[in-house]
Formats: sequence, structure tokens, C-alpha cells
Amino acid sequence: MLRSLCIAAFSLVLLVGCAQQPAKDDSLYRELGEKPGITRIVEGMLLNVARDERIVHFFTKVDIAGLRDKLVDKFCVIAGGPCVYSGDTLEESHKGQKLTPSHFNALVEDLQVAMDSEGVPTPTQNRLLARLAALRGQIIAQ
Amino acid sequence: MFVAQMTGAVLFGMLTTAAFAGEGRLLVTGGATSLEGAAGGGITPWAVLSGYGEQGEWGADVFATRVETGDYRLDVAGVAAAYGNRIELSYARQRLDLGNLARDLSLPENSLSQDVFGLKVRLFGDLIYDQLPQVSLGIQHKRQKDFLIPSLVGAQRSEDTEGYLTASRLFLGGAFGYNLLLNGGVRYSRANELGLLGFGGDRRDRHSVLKEGSVAVLLNRYWAVGVEYREKPDNLSFAGESDWADLFVGYFPNKHLAIVLAYARLGEIATLDNQNGAYLSVQGSF
Repeated sequence: MLRSLCIAAFSLVLLVGCAQQPAKDDSLYRELGEKPGITRIVEGMLLNVARDERIVHFFTKVDIAGLRDKLVDKFCVIAGGPCVYSGDTLEESHKGQKLTPSHFNALVEDLQVAMDSEGVPTPTQNRLLARLAALRGQIIAQ
Repeated sequence: MFVAQMTGAVLFGMLTTAAFAGEGRLLVTGGATSLEGAAGGGITPWAVLSGYGEQGEWGADVFATRVETGDYRLDVAGVAAAYGNRIELSYARQRLDLGNLARDLSLPENSLSQDVFGLKVRLFGDLIYDQLPQVSLGIQHKRQKDFLIPSLVGAQRSEDTEGYLTASRLFLGGAFGYNLLLNGGVRYSRANELGLLGFGGDRRDRHSVLKEGSVAVLLNRYWAVGVEYREKPDNLSFAGESDWADLFVGYFPNKHLAIVLAYARLGEIATLDNQNGAYLSVQGSF
């Protein structure tokens, strides 16, 4: 009975499928080099941030190793990888910092330089940036 | 005492201006400078504002452009400044060297010059992030400086003001994974050959609604290739005025330099046809 219902539902919503957890598209996660690749990208980005006088002051009182682990998980989830992000929401973690569009773009540039250093192809970089761009509203002006 | 105070104030102003001269926008999003001084491509403006300033920041450009079409040479130089990613002021001086035409027809002058004063305001939207594309409204006041030849071929006036409305959007990964920049706009103008041949004509003296646009693909953060198109009016009976198009490659090594090389198809200009050739523009941004 359940099975036939499921098949019926499947035929109605063709692309959604009937599995409770539809298979995620993890192609971006794989293009980024999975967990090791994402870790190198995040570490490179944070090293660039440390030299970036536009935004480094936001990170002075931060536990960098903890931030790295959270960012790796976040990027992994964003890229469709099999990770669990257990940190605060983006709104919470940026609350009170009054980040501007310029601050956001500065971090984007530090990420781009890190991805260049890792040899990430431009189309792959753009896929990640497009997913991060969609989160911009949760980060700036909180 | 007063002089010392003023000097201090000016120095302070310069320092704070330098502090606010921003680079808050991403590379390439300041564009190059169009022939009329507005930030954009080569023959058409984009909706972006000159320089790389975001909210609360200044941006500015200086540029020089040369177009060689065989029979003519166009030289343009100018400056632009923008504040807060909201408003842009620009000035450009254009000089069209008539070369062969002046010699063949024993014209009284061998060049035509004009000044272009521009104002552009971002109305709403954002090039990359907002729900809406970035939309800007611009006006350009043009003063033709050598009106004898234009008046002889039927141009009606040596000064005029025109407006344009333009929209720009960068689609991340929009061209097979590469970033795609689309620009489209309309211009309300009666300028003959940008205004170098005056404004309005014996055939038509009203403003026309003219379409213009461009498509660019960003190969990476530093390189862009694309095409541009600009519709032109046709107000003078002594010669046809062709729509313009070009193929360009732009190089943006950092936020202080941009170089654009293009192959421009300018068609018929003042009776001489097939005016196609090279376009080179160099821009410094601050």
C-alpha cells in the first residue's frame, strides 16, 4: 500500500522522487576536492584574511581553529557534501558586526585568491560563489 | 593662522578622502570607460559606476582611448568620479581627426572636438547580489567645439543634452560555468556621430529612442571578452550614419588598471564607408 502510494507520488512529482531523502547533487563538493580540498581552501582563505586589513579586525577575538572547522563544515554542506553544520545560523554569527557590502566582497576576494592558489577551475569557483552570494543577505548588516 | 588652518583642513580632507577611496566592489565590476566618459564598455555605458567604491566610498577613473578606422582617428580622454556606488560625474573630451576627408575635400578644419559632461545615478538593484539587476539613469550634456563643418552639412545645433537608461547584470556561472555580464539600455538622443557632427539635422531634428547593449563573458577574474552594439540616429541627409558594433577583450590585472582592445565596426561616417578598425583604451582607477 505504502509502496503503491509512493509510486503514485513519484509519478506526480517526477523530479522530486519518493525517497524521503532525495540523493543530493554532490558534484560541486567533489569538484572542490571533497573535505581535504575544502579544508585547504578555507585555510588559505583565513590566511588571506589575516593579511587583509579591510576585515582582519573582525577576527581578532575568534578561535581560528574552531572557525576553520565550522567553515569547512558550512562550505561542505553548501557544496552538497555529506557533512553536518552544527554552528550558529549565519544571522547569529554575524550579529552586531554591521558588516557592509565591502566587507563581504573583501572575504569573497580572499576566498577567490585561495581557490586560485589551489588551482580550482573558474567554473567551479563560480558555482561556489553563486551559492555563497545567495547567503549574502544573512551576513551583511546584521 | 587662517592659512595654517586651511592647509590643515585640506590635508585632513585629502587624507580622509584617501581613506574613503574604496575598493569595496569586485574586480571588473567598475568596468572600463566608454567613449563618452561613463563607466561601461567601449561604445556603450554599463549601469555600473566608475571606480570600485561601495557604500560610503569614493571611486574615480581617468582614461584615454584611441580608435583608428583607416580614414579617421578618434581620441578621447577624461575623468569620472563616483560616490557610494550611487552617483557618477564624468567629463570627456573627444577629438575626431578627419585625416583623409579633410585632405580630399579641402575642408576648413581637419578635426572635430566636443566636450561631454555626464551624470549617472544608480536607481536600484545590484550588478551581482540583489533580486533586481542594477539599473541606472544617465544624462550627458555635449558641447561640439568646431561647429562650422557640422553646420555646413545640415546639423541644427552645437549643444544638446541626451539621456539613457541602462540595466546590467552579472550572472555567476551564467555562460557554461563562466560569469556572464549582460547590459542593455535605451538612449534618447539626436547626436550625429556621438555629437561630433552636431545635434539634429536637415533630415530629422527630433530625439530618437536608440537601443544599445553588450554581452561579455569573464574567462576568469581578470579577462573579459564580448560584443557591443549601439544604434545610431540618421539625421543628416549628406551621409548615412551606421549603427556601431565591436568585439572586445578587456584585461583587468588589478583595481587600478584596465586595458580594452577591440575591433570596431563603425560603418559609414560622413560619406566614408567601411570605417572599421582598432580600438584601444587604457583606464586608471583610484
